[in-house]
Amino acid sequence: MSQHQEKARIIRFEQLSELNIRITLEAPLIAASAEAGQFVMMKTGNGQDPLLRRPFSLHQTSSSGQIQIYFKNVGRGTNILAHAKVGEFLDVFGPLGRGFSIADDRPACLVGGGLGIAPMLFLAKIISSLSRDHSQDLIILGGRTREDVEPLVEDFKQFGLALHCATDDGSYGIRGFVTDVLRSEKLAGNTSIYGCGPDNMLEVLHHFSTEKNLHCQVSVESVMACGMGACLGCNLESSDGSYVHVCIDGPVFNTGDLAWNS
Amino acid sequence: MEFVKDHDPYPDLRVNIGSLELQNPVMTASGTFGYAREFEDLVNLHRLGGIIVKGISLEPRAGNPPQRIVETPCGMLNAIGLQNVGVERFIAEKMLYLKGIGVPVIVNVLGDTVEEYRQLTQRLRGVEGIAALEVNISCPNVKKGGVAFGTVPSMAATVTEAVKKAADVPVMVKLSPNVADIVEMARAVEAGGADSISLVNTLIGMAIDLQRRRPVLANVLGGLSGPAIKPVALRMVYQAAGAVKIPVIGIGGIENTEDALEFILAGATAVQIGTANFINPRVSEEVVEGIGDYVKANQLKSIRDLIGALEV
Repeated sequence: MSQHQEKARIIRFEQLSELNIRITLEAPLIAASAEAGQFVMMKTGNGQDPLLRRPFSLHQTSSSGQIQIYFKNVGRGTNILAHAKVGEFLDVFGPLGRGFSIADDRPACLVGGGLGIAPMLFLAKIISSLSRDHSQDLIILGGRTREDVEPLVEDFKQFGLALHCATDDGSYGIRGFVTDVLRSEKLAGNTSIYGCGPDNMLEVLHHFSTEKNLHCQVSVESVMACGMGACLGCNLESSDGSYVHVCIDGPVFNTGDLAWNS
Repeated sequence: MEFVKDHDPYPDLRVNIGSLELQNPVMTASGTFGYAREFEDLVNLHRLGGIIVKGISLEPRAGNPPQRIVETPCGMLNAIGLQNVGVERFIAEKMLYLKGIGVPVIVNVLGDTVEEYRQLTQRLRGVEGIAALEVNISCPNVKKGGVAFGTVPSMAATVTEAVKKAADVPVMVKLSPNVADIVEMARAVEAGGADSISLVNTLIGMAIDLQRRRPVLANVLGGLSGPAIKPVALRMVYQAAGAVKIPVIGIGGIENTEDALEFILAGATAVQIGTANFINPRVSEEVVEGIGDYVKANQLKSIRDLIGALEV
């Protein structure tokens, strides 16, 4: 698996809601080798503050050499990115980490909560292109309010997979959590669940899949400095008590391989 | 046909750390460059002056629980907790690749007691491909109530002596900046037999999560690195270089050619680049090139002409 450092030109900037932004970049080397669930490290500005790159999961890649990231303007790094302009260049490094391991022959249930929706678009594209029956595949998207979900719905619909949405306040889709939707759906017995979202959501996915004896992979988030296994800053406790590192052992893990402590 | 002898197009960047010759003065700092292989896709490793690998202990260490790092203004705090594979796996799995790179490999060693340092050094004797040892003395001395070796001159000297006695390669001692008098520390390890000193390790700091009213790092305290510490590091290198006869290696917030040259002017024979590797994996190679350009542009015979050439 090779990694590339590219000066990527911003070719599209989409303000999807007040805080949610999507940026499309030209990064042909990364686009050509990326897998769903992998991430990139991106320098948000040129100065020393903020100092570190930021990890972003790959939202989408295209065969024409483009990559997309989807993020919320919530911190110093993302606030700088929120003011980026089309035509500017960003220093991007990737693709990094282990992505989703796709079970070709099993029905897929994709669950994305909040910003965890980001890698699900890439995954949905891959799953929908598998030459098999898709009638049992399912996508569940959730967020706090309409803003977190609605702007991305059209992009998911294009793949033709069943799609359900939920919001905490009921402003879009059903009122409730993605995990409520999951519990109300009849899943095929050999369904593979793929999740990304807040920790509590991932923990519910873990317990749900254990209870139903389903295979479940989740993409987790962590602070990290390097993204490539050098700083060792992004450790997580695994189910056997040892540490794993999100950047090289993940960001995608089988839920059964992680310790769920809360 | 007559050849006109042009001046050498390759600038002379060689420096000597005691008996160890480096092709250029740019090394990667321990704990920021893994075991080098992590960077092979992005860096021409053979162009580096030296590679200092992640600190090794006798037994493997799991390190601290998360959260281990946090960004701070122009820097970062880390409390990794010396996670490493232990000396046996290091020799069996990591050295094979490292010795093939073709640049000096310096092994950073650490322990909880003087005896551990001695045993570790003993174990590394005769291992092919090790050019030198760097002694991390910023670890707590378990036998002395957890006071860091690197904060008490007599303890630092004792560790240095123990490692020096057991080692079959040159010994570099990495100083902690968390001391009242860096000159005293530098002189203590020189007297203990160190062949060179490297400084500075990280400055101890902390960060607080106001919302949770808790420390950000699970370890509460962490080591500050990055451009934020450069002025402090530069000052300490300047003071230490003025106080000892052995070579001094400058570390602390170096992220470009200019930073590296400043340390050399202040008295450093070579430099180590640390945190900047996380942000720009190619930085060390870029600094090698940048120093070469500087030597050429200023028509220096060698980078050695610049060491300690600061006019005060």
